Amino acid sequence: MALLKRKGEQFQWQHKHLLGLRDLSTEEITYILDTAKGFEQISTRSVKKAPPLRGKVVVNLFFEDSTRTRNSFALAASRLSADVIEFTEKASSVSKGETLLDTARNLEAMGIDIVVIRHNAGGAPKFLSRNINACVINAGDGFCEHPTQGLLDVYTIRKHKGTLEGLKIAIVGDIAHSRVARSCLWAMTKLGAEVIFVGPPTLMPAQVDQLPVSVSYSLDEVIEKVDVINMLRIQFERLGGNPFPSVREYSHYFGLTVERMKRAKPDILVMHPGPINRGLEMESEVADGSNSVILEQVKNGLAVRMAVLFLVNQAAAVQG
Amino acid sequence: MKVILNSEQIEQILKDLTSRIISETPPELDIAVIGIRSRGEILAQRLSSRLSKELGRDVPCGTLDITLYRDDLNSPQSSAQPQVRTTEIGFDIDDKIIILFDDVLYTGRSTRAAMDALTDLGRPKAIKLAVLVDRAGRELPIQADYAGYKTDVAPCELVQVFLSESDGKEEVVIG
Repeated sequence: MALLKRKGEQFQWQHKHLLGLRDLSTEEITYILDTAKGFEQISTRSVKKAPPLRGKVVVNLFFEDSTRTRNSFALAASRLSADVIEFTEKASSVSKGETLLDTARNLEAMGIDIVVIRHNAGGAPKFLSRNINACVINAGDGFCEHPTQGLLDVYTIRKHKGTLEGLKIAIVGDIAHSRVARSCLWAMTKLGAEVIFVGPPTLMPAQVDQLPVSVSYSLDEVIEKVDVINMLRIQFERLGGNPFPSVREYSHYFGLTVERMKRAKPDILVMHPGPINRGLEMESEVADGSNSVILEQVKNGLAVRMAVLFLVNQAAAVQG
Repeated sequence: MKVILNSEQIEQILKDLTSRIISETPPELDIAVIGIRSRGEILAQRLSSRLSKELGRDVPCGTLDITLYRDDLNSPQSSAQPQVRTTEIGFDIDDKIIILFDDVLYTGRSTRAAMDALTDLGRPKAIKLAVLVDRAGRELPIQADYAGYKTDVAPCELVQVFLSESDGKEEVVIG
């Protein structure tokens, strides 16, 4: 908050694209979170709309399935008065062989201002940002980043704990295939938290030792120590080979059960980016229990995405 | 730098404003005060506690952030990028007399933005505009209902309001 009080050198958001959190500074991440606070009330009042993106067009360019992120971006853009175009790969000319760039350039020719892209190839948003004039927001690329998810997670934690400074946070499960884990890692460590990746060795990313994180292969070892636990979804659609012998065995060692919760700190925050495989990563009683902030994450995601849409558009306006 | 209002004069303005509002508002109507961030917020708090004391009932106070309603958001000419902050109005504005408080009324554009922002929150009985300083230079057809001090300083000059809560001193200067 000190940054807002400083006179004469008011912080200016510079980026017309949000491609990832790895390259953002602590100050920039904090600025997005502070901005998001101002957007929360739009969703609670009688007219759930404000005018800052009036006359702007946002395209949801999703090459992968999504429920939360797509709808959250669409609603966020609508609440800021932008027009939203929904693009779905299956119902588009991509199925006729049109390339990503051609698709984007054609949409751009219609006069769009912001592209929200999800793609299974890591780096697709960056590629797009270099080749079109519109603002680009990464809504998940390959196993690389999902920046708005990382932001809404730290936003939710900050709301409950006040700060991330000094917190111990476990991210549990399929780390190897998780862009959420990576974006969370960058956001959490930049804000001063200590992150532990927990999961079977087969689901740890290669070269995990080069990341600012400690690794544990036992949930029982870390459950008592952490202030926040973020349970990732097992991404069956991405798993090759046999990363674990059986679903039951995975759940036995890495599932967040009522039994395990008894050993956790009483004020532990239980998070999940969704969609949940109930009974696998987490027992239903835990997902719906009093420590769970899973639905709050979804709610906060809306405010965070409004803030991101607003900020990239502001940067584009200033840069002309 | 010329001091146009000192702390006694600011105090007197708030005192006069309180009695004018009370005498001009029918007693059966509910009054609430809403300040425009950031100096208006402080002035609104002072006014609402004076009104509450005089009327012997609670006059609620809220804070309005008008950033999302500004008309220069997409203009490359706007010098500094505005920071979005929170609007904090913990009461229903429907059917109330809303005293909208800003420190300085100049072009009228902030007031326009504030009226639009309020309309999205509900339908007040009336919105009355109160300002500490009313300076010439309107660009929209907007006038203050309650102005503490009127001045027609040149457009190149800056009117700065300092309040003890935010600035550690209490005065209004031109320069």
